Amino acid sequence: MSDTFFFKVDGLNTWFFTRKGTIKSVRDISFEVARGEVLGIVGESGSGKSVTGMSIMGQIDEPGRIVSGSISLDGQELTGLDFEEMRHYRGNRIAMVFQNPLMTLNPLMRVRDQMYEAISAHESVPRKEMYDRCIEALRSVGIPSPEERLNAYPHEMSGGMRQRVVIAIALLLGPDLIIADEPTTALDVTIQAQIIYQIRRQIDERGLGMIWITHDLSTLSELADRIMVMYAGAMMEIGTTEEIIGAARHPYTRKLLESVPSRNAPGEKLKQIPGNMPSLLTLGEGCPFANRCERMTDICRQPVQARQLSETHRIWCYHPFED
Amino acid sequence: MLSFVLQRLFQSVIVVLIMSIVLFVGVRLIGNPVDILISSEASEADRVAAVTALGLDKPLWEQYAIFLGNAVQGDWGASFVYKEPVVGILLQRLPASLELGLVAFILAVGISIPAGLYAGLRPQSLPGRGIMAFSLIGVSIPTFWQGMLLIVAFGIALPILPVGDRGELATHFGITSSLWTLDGWSHVIMPAFSLALLKMSLLMRVTRAATMEICRLDFVKFAYAKGVRSRSVVVGHILRNALVPLVTVTGIELGNLLAYGVITETVFSWPGLGKLLINSIKVLDRPMIVAQLTYTALLFIAINFIVDILHMIIDPRVKSVLRRRAA
Repeated sequence: MSDTFFFKVDGLNTWFFTRKGTIKSVRDISFEVARGEVLGIVGESGSGKSVTGMSIMGQIDEPGRIVSGSISLDGQELTGLDFEEMRHYRGNRIAMVFQNPLMTLNPLMRVRDQMYEAISAHESVPRKEMYDRCIEALRSVGIPSPEERLNAYPHEMSGGMRQRVVIAIALLLGPDLIIADEPTTALDVTIQAQIIYQIRRQIDERGLGMIWITHDLSTLSELADRIMVMYAGAMMEIGTTEEIIGAARHPYTRKLLESVPSRNAPGEKLKQIPGNMPSLLTLGEGCPFANRCERMTDICRQPVQARQLSETHRIWCYHPFED
Repeated sequence: MLSFVLQRLFQSVIVVLIMSIVLFVGVRLIGNPVDILISSEASEADRVAAVTALGLDKPLWEQYAIFLGNAVQGDWGASFVYKEPVVGILLQRLPASLELGLVAFILAVGISIPAGLYAGLRPQSLPGRGIMAFSLIGVSIPTFWQGMLLIVAFGIALPILPVGDRGELATHFGITSSLWTLDGWSHVIMPAFSLALLKMSLLMRVTRAATMEICRLDFVKFAYAKGVRSRSVVVGHILRNALVPLVTVTGIELGNLLAYGVITETVFSWPGLGKLLINSIKVLDRPMIVAQLTYTALLFIAINFIVDILHMIIDPRVKSVLRRRAA
């Protein structure tokens, strides 16, 4: 399977150098994505999952920067590229879909101009061909009467429709990888299901890779091929969806699964994880989850090494569950 | 669109009417012009004659009705002081004020928007901080004082610019203006800069704040994520959205520049409307005051109207709101 991985992140560290101190938002993150695969990244807010996505796009703003690590697409190293070199990858080979479809499109521009702009940033194509490609892209994500939508302004469409437009823009140049940062969180459940269905179809048809960032494990269980669990900027566990959903070994993943509403009996109080995420300014060397973990011992204060449980399943814990 | 224009015109007429009533009553409170116009040794008979001649013996509502009737026909009365129709005097002074106001406006907008945009895009950079420091000084120094400093610096210490008056005039395309001559420009540039400084600083801050706010929004990040060139993101997305608040503020500032150059015109002895207004108030030249303030009101109404139209052009959401309200 490893030869099919076209996209690799290795030992990524993205830190923010603020006046209060260094915020190590992403620490030693490594993963791969294969063609036709959805890798889900799950974590609470502040776990570094979005920063990971923006690091891949090369869109970390001051005072943050990628401190070390490698991000590579088909063997081409992306860290260290300058703006103009990276620009050729953005939208063209790596596309991104954002969380809030009401905010992702420019309110003052027609959908057409926002789509044309994405094409002409990378290719010089006659208008007729741009038009055809846009119609095709809008149709492929299930937008009815795309000719009309193309001339519309964002505020003339619903949230679900706008997110489809955003996804259509992401697909426009036939990227190899799409990073979706909570793309269905702001939508209601029926629209969510439709959009997930459309996206899955595109992934299978086009053989593109996808990184799906979310805090919603139940969505991932339906959509993802593999799941990576992040906490306070570090990796906790990564494995196939069956391994994570069915046989999680990390105490944090277990807690996370227990707090999914559908796993709790109706009428019962939802299970929470006691305590709060530690401040990223004052992290120690050891496991960031230690303070909230029932299985914590002194050794948890030491730096944690990855432990390979199977060919696909890796875990960062001194005291994993055994079954 | 048409219904919007008609509605706006109707509103404007009401505003002008209310404004004229307030004005008409207001100027009466400042004092009686007869006391100033006739000499203190004049007899009671002379006094009564003067009052009758000016129509001040009639009841206030009748005076207003006469004024309104004449005003609609373009007769704004004769100045008590110059004994000439006020419209003529106004039109004679207007070019000087427009000239000064427009040059100041171009300076203010031309400098503040690029500078504010830059400071908003790179707030931590040295030029970005410099621009903010400049604007802080600009909004803090009183206009009359920085005007005098400019005169001392460029008119006296370094005598490179003339002080006072409009300089050489020329007429092209039926417009007589000092802007056609180099000498005219040398006269206008210093008062225009002095007049523009406050507005420039204000607009810089508004532009910077709007830019910083918009840069944080997802659609800017999405535009970069599409691989769009920096320049296109800045012009097509950031600046375009920043224009929405900027057009409003700029419109008000344009009105201020054209109508309230009083202080600058006084400091630089610029023969415009501002100086005329001050002089008219000093001698209680009622028709002159009323005409000038009405001009100001009309100017602001016209500018607001243009601002609304610009909003409709820039922001498609405004049009849909209007359409929904009409439906």
